[in-house]
Amino acid sequence: MTKDEVKQVVLDIIADIAPDEDLSNLKPDVRLRDQMQLDSMDFLDIVMELRKRHGIEVPEADYIQLATLDSCGEYLTPKFNALTSKG
Amino acid sequence: MSLSRIVITGVGLTAPNGNSLAEFRGNLLAGVARISRTEIRYMGPLLAGVCNYDPLRYQKKKELRVGTRAGSIGIYCAREALADAGLNPDQLARDRTGIFVGITEHGNVETENEIYAISKFGYDTKFWSHYHNPRTVANNPAGEISLNLGSTGPAYTIGAACAAGNLGLIHATQMLRLGEVDLALCGGVSESIHTFGIYAGFKSQNALAHHEDPNRASRPFDKARNGIVISEGGALYTLERLETAMQRGAKIYGEIAGYCVNSDASDYVLPNPGRQAECVRTAVTRAGLQARDIHIINTHATATPMGDIQECEAIRSVFGEGCPDTSINNTKSFIGHAMGAAGALELAGNLPSFLDRIVHPTINVDDLDPLCSLPGLVLNRPKTVERVDTILNNSFGMLGINSTLIVKRFTS
Repeated sequence: MTKDEVKQVVLDIIADIAPDEDLSNLKPDVRLRDQMQLDSMDFLDIVMELRKRHGIEVPEADYIQLATLDSCGEYLTPKFNALTSKG
Repeated sequence: MSLSRIVITGVGLTAPNGNSLAEFRGNLLAGVARISRTEIRYMGPLLAGVCNYDPLRYQKKKELRVGTRAGSIGIYCAREALADAGLNPDQLARDRTGIFVGITEHGNVETENEIYAISKFGYDTKFWSHYHNPRTVANNPAGEISLNLGSTGPAYTIGAACAAGNLGLIHATQMLRLGEVDLALCGGVSESIHTFGIYAGFKSQNALAHHEDPNRASRPFDKARNGIVISEGGALYTLERLETAMQRGAKIYGEIAGYCVNSDASDYVLPNPGRQAECVRTAVTRAGLQARDIHIINTHATATPMGDIQECEAIRSVFGEGCPDTSINNTKSFIGHAMGAAGALELAGNLPSFLDRIVHPTINVDDLDPLCSLPGLVLNRPKTVERVDTILNNSFGMLGINSTLIVKRFTS
């Protein structure tokens, strides 16, 4: 998967957990929590949905890697590709 | 001790046959029940009273995703009650507003949902939702209302099985009289149709109603009654001390006249007519009334074979034959058993009788069980009476909790 595809995966999850938010102008390099109402429980939702939908585990120490859409792409793309290569 | 007079100034509700008091009352007078058949997990299609209020009227989509059905019903009812009372939610004395919500149970729905969800992942608990605890704490429905309103006064639930709706009003009355709050949002809510466990429990107890026509299934006092129709719903009231209500020129539906809560201390599930009669009698006495002064008795009867007979026995022992002005009805025949909301909803359905002098009937009585025959039973058609000054509302629950609440016509 490309980083853009992974970012779209994250966006799809955010669309579900923050259904009242307009995500069309989300800036990829700005912290998600600074652009929308996203509390710590919502953040755990992202982690949970990555686990449920895609089998991706994000250890607590790495939560900071999910701060922006760009950092999500950077951090998660190797994880998605590792899953794909395991096949 | 002189007690403050407590009055009802607003009503918000959702019932299977109405999302406002006007719609609900209209259907009770028109004989319109609204029970449907709905899919219950693991059990198939079963009868249920389902509410169709618009949850997005007062909640965001995210609140609905995170919260519970009971919380959502509570928010709808609370906002509707405030609007009905002419109170702006944004201008409440936030720390002086109390929220007291009766519940039969809470947390079954959410726990069952989570177990079902992790069953799709081999029961691996790492897929268990982090929302489980805030959804299942017993204060959840009241807490969700306080979050939605930004109200910072006491907000909690009162667990009292199916007596809980009355208990919400009774506790609010006490808190207003203690001066703990100046405004109370109170009553009861239920989300129980979303838990298979409640259905399966009643089924195992042979207490679940069945009928070809869903709207004919809930039939208290009828010989062919065969159990309970479970419903969701809610009714919350604004209660205020009389002087507060008068100062702001509030509309007043009625005044809390008296109440009693007691316990059978005799069985987990079987009612005890002796204790029920004591509860009713004590409430009447505390209201400064005599049995013949009660104009409407709204029964708890759930359409179980024994429960109805026992409540009738209790009523018979208090009211006997000497109460010619007492009418008796039952609201569950229309909406099923709304569990924690039952007492509060059933009172609401009768409150307009102070104005229109019409007693809504008990429907679905084709063949009255002689053991349930009481003078004054209003069967199948509404009855216009000379006057309605008092309404006595019975709500009883498992583990032997009994509650009677009496509301009287307001006179200054």
